Amino acid sequence: MSSNSLVSISDITRDEILGLLERARYFEENPNSKILDGRVVATLFFEPSTRTRLSFETAVNRLGGRIIGFSDANSTSTSKGETLKDTIKMVANYVDLIVMRHHLEGAARYATEVTDVPIINAGDGANQHPSQTMLDLYSIYKTQGKLSDLTITMVGDLKYGRTVHSLLMALQYFNPTFNFIASKELQMPEEYKQFCREKGIKFTETTDFSEDVINRSDIIYMTRVQRERFTDIMEYERVKNLYTLHNSMLDNSKPTLKILHPLPRVNEIDRDVDDNPKAYYFEQARNGLFARQAIITRALGIDPLAK
Amino acid sequence: MPNNKKELAVAALRNGTVIDRIPSPVLFQAVRLLGIEKLDRHVTIGNNLESAKLGTKGIIKVADTEFPESVLNRIALIAPTAVVNTIRDFEVVGKRRVELPDTITGIVKCGNPKCITNNEPMQTKFEVVGRDPIEIRCHYCNHTVAGKDAQIL
Repeated sequence: MSSNSLVSISDITRDEILGLLERARYFEENPNSKILDGRVVATLFFEPSTRTRLSFETAVNRLGGRIIGFSDANSTSTSKGETLKDTIKMVANYVDLIVMRHHLEGAARYATEVTDVPIINAGDGANQHPSQTMLDLYSIYKTQGKLSDLTITMVGDLKYGRTVHSLLMALQYFNPTFNFIASKELQMPEEYKQFCREKGIKFTETTDFSEDVINRSDIIYMTRVQRERFTDIMEYERVKNLYTLHNSMLDNSKPTLKILHPLPRVNEIDRDVDDNPKAYYFEQARNGLFARQAIITRALGIDPLAK
Repeated sequence: MPNNKKELAVAALRNGTVIDRIPSPVLFQAVRLLGIEKLDRHVTIGNNLESAKLGTKGIIKVADTEFPESVLNRIALIAPTAVVNTIRDFEVVGKRRVELPDTITGIVKCGNPKCITNNEPMQTKFEVVGRDPIEIRCHYCNHTVAGKDAQIL
């Protein structure tokens, strides 16, 4: 097991989060430093995720490292019945770092237990996706100039949305105020609300996506409401448009407000918001590159700021 | 003769271990978790015995065997009331409650079908995140379950 692995955002401290943000800022200014010269990174995508894989592979390429791996487990021995343990131990013989995505929850944690090569979790089912959280944090940090004392409104699927859960956990160190806006079926699970109460984190919870809440927000984090999450399709039809953000709703919002969304978006942000300077979701995805460069160099024990 | 039967159930043990106050419904699970089926020593198992505290209880007596604490604690999740008596030369030389450890390895099945532990030949591992009531969380997928609802492997 390598202590440089990143499986869950809750594995790292406040200082480590801030250190990663500093690195991300450095890489935004210097995206092409050749500090991974001679290093080989495996990207093992047991489950396809083109967006995440391209982001990680670009991050390695821009730092001068080399990549081996696969983008679909059907082309590997996994389809012949090889265990995850054996695949990881085999690949670990060849590389300095493994970036992995798997449809089974806990796969990355288990991988850290069978090898000393550091593991970066690029998503394990509905469980954890820490590089998404780091890019969300970097996007907030960059647009607001700080992480502390912000009002963050989370909208849509707060029950199953792993990105909002991880973001909530990561922001625990930074005195946030949360507004949770969701239909009854998709409200923030009790365990996370209990977590906020224990940590003294302020939050409100409503089913109404009102301008009053929008106008108080520094960040609005939109998520997709998926039809398959509803047991009652009539209920889905009733609520799906209640949580759509339109440009007109932003008229009296803070000048510094930014709209975030992990993408892909469907209906929850109207196209008329895209040209508003407060729309940040496309730049947010770009920040993923710098956040991942930061995570990769940390995992390899390379400090770009020391050079 | 009810009295004789009661005496039979608590017949004296020269050396060994008596595990008392096991809730009746989980007695045989406890037997399995302790690996008692594989022992070749005298084993006496009683169940549905009267208990002032539990209503009914189960009891396991094993001759000439002392269990390591880590083995005895395997039953803490299902039988937190269990009391372990160590007997040497007909005397009770030790009496203690079982204790739930901070991590539970290889005893509980994760209830999440998409958890890696249900799809890979490996041991499960749970962290105890609440003790009253007992709540445990899968070390791998973070799925949490109340101790009373945990599925024993």
